[in-house]
Amino acid sequence: MTGQHKLLAVFAGVVALLIVASLVGALLAQRAASAKSREVIANLNARTKAWWVMVAVLGCAFAAGQGATLVLFAFASFFALREFISLTPTSSGDSSALALAFYVLLPGQYALIWTRQYGTFSIFLPVYAFLFLPAVSALASDTRDFLARSAKIQWAVMVCVYCVSHAPALLLLELPGFDGPNALLVMYLLLVVQLSDVLQYVFGKLFGRTPLAPQVSPSKTVEGLVGGGLTAVAVGGSLWWLTPFTWPQSLALSAAIVALGFLGGLCLSAVKRSLGAKDWGVMIEGHGGMLDRLDSLSFAAPVFFHLTRYFFE
Amino acid sequence: MRPSGALLVGLVKLIVGAYPRWIGCQPCARQRIYFANHSSHIDTVALWAALPLELRDVTHPVAARDYWGHGLRRYIATKALRAVLIDRAREDKSSNPLAPLIETLARGDSLILFPEGTRGSEALPGPFKSGLYHLAQQFPEVELVPVHLENLHRSLPKGAFVPIPITCTVRFGAPLRLEPAEAKEPFLARARGAVIALSGLHA
Repeated sequence: MTGQHKLLAVFAGVVALLIVASLVGALLAQRAASAKSREVIANLNARTKAWWVMVAVLGCAFAAGQGATLVLFAFASFFALREFISLTPTSSGDSSALALAFYVLLPGQYALIWTRQYGTFSIFLPVYAFLFLPAVSALASDTRDFLARSAKIQWAVMVCVYCVSHAPALLLLELPGFDGPNALLVMYLLLVVQLSDVLQYVFGKLFGRTPLAPQVSPSKTVEGLVGGGLTAVAVGGSLWWLTPFTWPQSLALSAAIVALGFLGGLCLSAVKRSLGAKDWGVMIEGHGGMLDRLDSLSFAAPVFFHLTRYFFE
Repeated sequence: MRPSGALLVGLVKLIVGAYPRWIGCQPCARQRIYFANHSSHIDTVALWAALPLELRDVTHPVAARDYWGHGLRRYIATKALRAVLIDRAREDKSSNPLAPLIETLARGDSLILFPEGTRGSEALPGPFKSGLYHLAQQFPEVELVPVHLENLHRSLPKGAFVPIPITCTVRFGAPLRLEPAEAKEPFLARARGAVIALSGLHA
């Protein structure tokens, strides 16, 4: 099977999964008796419907090539950053710093992937944005809550742009013995991280008893994490044929992706709560905002990228 | 909708979202005056963009001629948004500044109005000018829909040149009516209160 065929096979698998999910959802909707369960099922079906759209958009971008994939992730970063900043109380003194973040740093970070400059890509935001963002804010001479404001913008840029950009940065890696395309690695990461979220949700709804961190995320349960997480690791392990990994390596990397994805969801949930919100936004019907879908990816992507780069390049 | 209007709507949706929330009424073809808080140059397009496509064609924003009457701004206002321009300065004291608005309403079309008359810099709107009252008197059958635009004072505050991408929710409230014998000041205070109530910031 060539790389292109593998990519097609994965998409076919995802579409089959979505068909099953849609059928199950329709069946559950017919059976739902109480108002509460009807609400849960309606949300489930809205989520499945949104997944159809997300998979279609991703499929088109992958088919159109690396440039389109980069543009797609750049827009995902843009919307995530927009949500983060919307919930963050910034002051008018931050205008220039925010314009810099949205209109220079974000496109710049993705341009560095496009021009394949790994070195600059990896330090552009943690070093240069770190120094220049607060400098620009300081020039506006508004000292009220200066450290808190700078830190929030910094965090937003690191999570929404720097971390998320590591997913399409997988396209940069040159892996000996792997005849690619590297889009397969991006697909592998997305599949494991999102499947882990979905399975944790499903296991949580079916068997969830023990809340994990009720203050941070009331829907996360120990049963959901263990059941969903382990199943996602197993599925990830079985997808070794997409990647340059052997199956035990694939199991280990999937475990890393699932663990980091969980931590990402938890941390960003805590950030969201501290800003007094339940969802990051309203862009994706049933899911909330863009960042509600990217939270786990933002933590998993950089670690998966570096593990792959360190051990396989 | 014209291509220039579609481009403008696309751009504004990309930057501020302009997500509509129909809280007190539904989008429908009834003749209406939408009135909202005003804190940014994006307000007009954001409210217009939040309306469904078919309502945009018959809903005209009201814009100040002294700002929107020249060059590119004039093109955007009159061609893309099909706005109604009014004279804030009122050089000719004998003319009725509301005349173009009355003409539009008489034609059966709807209006988008910012009764503060100018952009404020606060989250809460300033006092309302009397135009809304006079229009309500002359057109009692037209629905007066309060609208709250959230966050736009953060995206493009007075004095800023580049809009910052920040999500804006456009909340549409329950229509008001001018009560028989209701005086100007209490009506304007009630209308302003209806916009504030939608913001969730009660003051």
